[in-house]
Amino acid sequence: MDRYAQMFQRLESEKQGAFVPFVTLGDPDVETSLAVVEALVAGGADALELGIPFSDPIADGPTIQKSAIRALEKGVTPRDCLAIIHRIREHHKDIPIGLLLYSNLVLAPGIDEFYRLAAEAGVDSILIADVPIREAEPFMAAAKTHGIQQILIAPPNASQATLQQIGELSSGYTYLLGRAGVTGTETAADMPASDLISKLHDVGAAKPILGFGISKPEQVKAAIEAGAAGAIAGSATVKIIEQHLDDKAMMLTRLSEFVAGMKSATNK
Amino acid sequence: MSKQLSTKFGDYGGMYVPELLIPALDQLEQAFLNAQQDPDFQQEFKSLLNDYAGRPTPLTKTRNLVSNPKVTLYLKREDLLHGGAHKTNQVLGQALLTKRMGKTQVIAETGAGQHGVATALACALLGLKARIYMGAKDVERQAPNVFRMRLMGAEVIPVNAGSGTLKDAVNEALRDWSASYQDAHYLLGTAAGPHPFPTIVREFHKMIGEEIRAQILEKEGRLPDALVACVGGGSNAIGAFADFIDTPEVQLIGVEPAGKGLHTHEHGAAIAKGTKGILHGAYSYIMQTPEGQIEESYSVSAGLDYPAVGPQHAYLHDIGRATYESVTDEEALNAFQLLARKEGIIPALESSHALAHALNMADAAEEETLIVVNLSGRGDKDLAHVQQFLKGDTHNG
Ligand SMILES: Cc1ncc(COP(=O)(O)O)c(C=O)c1O
Repeated sequence: MDRYAQMFQRLESEKQGAFVPFVTLGDPDVETSLAVVEALVAGGADALELGIPFSDPIADGPTIQKSAIRALEKGVTPRDCLAIIHRIREHHKDIPIGLLLYSNLVLAPGIDEFYRLAAEAGVDSILIADVPIREAEPFMAAAKTHGIQQILIAPPNASQATLQQIGELSSGYTYLLGRAGVTGTETAADMPASDLISKLHDVGAAKPILGFGISKPEQVKAAIEAGAAGAIAGSATVKIIEQHLDDKAMMLTRLSEFVAGMKSATNK
Repeated sequence: MSKQLSTKFGDYGGMYVPELLIPALDQLEQAFLNAQQDPDFQQEFKSLLNDYAGRPTPLTKTRNLVSNPKVTLYLKREDLLHGGAHKTNQVLGQALLTKRMGKTQVIAETGAGQHGVATALACALLGLKARIYMGAKDVERQAPNVFRMRLMGAEVIPVNAGSGTLKDAVNEALRDWSASYQDAHYLLGTAAGPHPFPTIVREFHKMIGEEIRAQILEKEGRLPDALVACVGGGSNAIGAFADFIDTPEVQLIGVEPAGKGLHTHEHGAAIAKGTKGILHGAYSYIMQTPEGQIEESYSVSAGLDYPAVGPQHAYLHDIGRATYESVTDEEALNAFQLLARKEGIIPALESSHALAHALNMADAAEEETLIVVNLSGRGDKDLAHVQQFLKGDTHNG
């Protein structure tokens, strides 16, 4: 059984939803980033969603843009990011690790080679922010070859045809967009998303985890009550890094506390 | 639904955008296909082009510019189009599509400010609300255009992220659109970006080439040997080329900005020096690091300062139907001054790149040669910037 399936099975028996924090790898530097991810796990993260910094992140708002810039200014490369994941995987055999990035970083080494390297590092899933389902074919083929689950996005405006394809093609989990727009806590997710969630259920999609605009435990609770299998918080997590750049110990403490607070809202 | 357009040119192009934007792009494609079949739409577009924007633009034979007697050089005078550049053509088309889709707002990006000015004027005319993203560096070097846009009621939003140029303005426009697509149309300003933009922009600019064909046949009784246009994202070039793609005896030449030289990192020559990748929704030639991070481009001309190129140009390059050359800042600045002095026409710095290459061709020509340069815009917007350069002040923001 793959790690997402194991996670969902465990959560089911514990009557919980998943809480999944997102951070950009290499932010603010490689060593701190490793400690950041450890702090997320220590706080009780059920899975990890990790970004590779890209120069032109069109799906991201100011907070995650800045995190990418911090990492890029330190010269962090995709290989450095995969090396961080490799080290995390050595300590945490069971936690699902998802990569979230942009297509050009996948193309640079070649699609197949990128997926091979990711699988070798211990990545479970890949979500490419600027690859919609209609362009996904070569990426999904590489994912299949290397035993990686390609994560698909279900936006609030998805057509029935798109939902149908998500039903056919999704694996791991389905990234349910809480609202239109880019990442950021400036605009909260629309709740409840129960309508879209039941449509995804009807088409047989992989379990939906709600992301975009999630920053508070109440939202996690609402997402799970609406039928989502969990919630992802990106900008809110990254913001904690940004606010404590000159006090790393405090950064790590606050990250663990934040994850613990969000996780405590996942009880069904 | 009527039939869909092809989303790619060979391997190039595509729709590499967040899933969220797919419905908006599909809606646009459908509106465009319907409009192309609708005689009322065509009539309205044509009457705006003719009676408001001033089409057809003249084809002017240069009198003093070329010293080689074997060479005849014509200028397609898009500089005389209302707004000061070719940009107005396709903006009018997309603004009409905006209304057709029932949207009330327009988002645009701009580099030189020419696309922003065209967007602002079309929105003023058609009662649409415009917000225009412009790199902070470009806001500085194209100040008169910023004022023009604001005069015509558009909101101009400076973008500080990244290099503060066109690429970053496109990023910001795409981000805005992903939250506002229900009421807003993203009026992309060049033949790049995700499908269907490269196709729509070409179709709404292709009268440039159609007019060139008719005008040169009337004046010279034959087609040109070469058609030369500058290439930023590629809209004026594809508009000039489109009608000639199936006419192989006409050489099609795109001119990219070599900036401070192709041997430096300061240029914007995506075809000459870039590699294949994805930027702003399309697979094409882009300037990038080996890891796939997008590199900042550079050109003295803001409108050519873009690290990618429209996908159809990448395709025309690969199949050998068009050739892509490059011209340095210095050559472009020389051509800029030469045209002013010899013909009494002040060209845009962008268009000066095309002209500079044509002048190089003219110098080298040993046979009778008929060249048409697409003079995509006028240079008013560049006066302060060029003045600084000529004072020996090479500070360029
Ligand atoms: C006068 C002029 N020519 C050319 C360009 C370059 O754009 P494109 O390559 O889309 O024609 C611009 C862009 O701002 C422009 O203002």
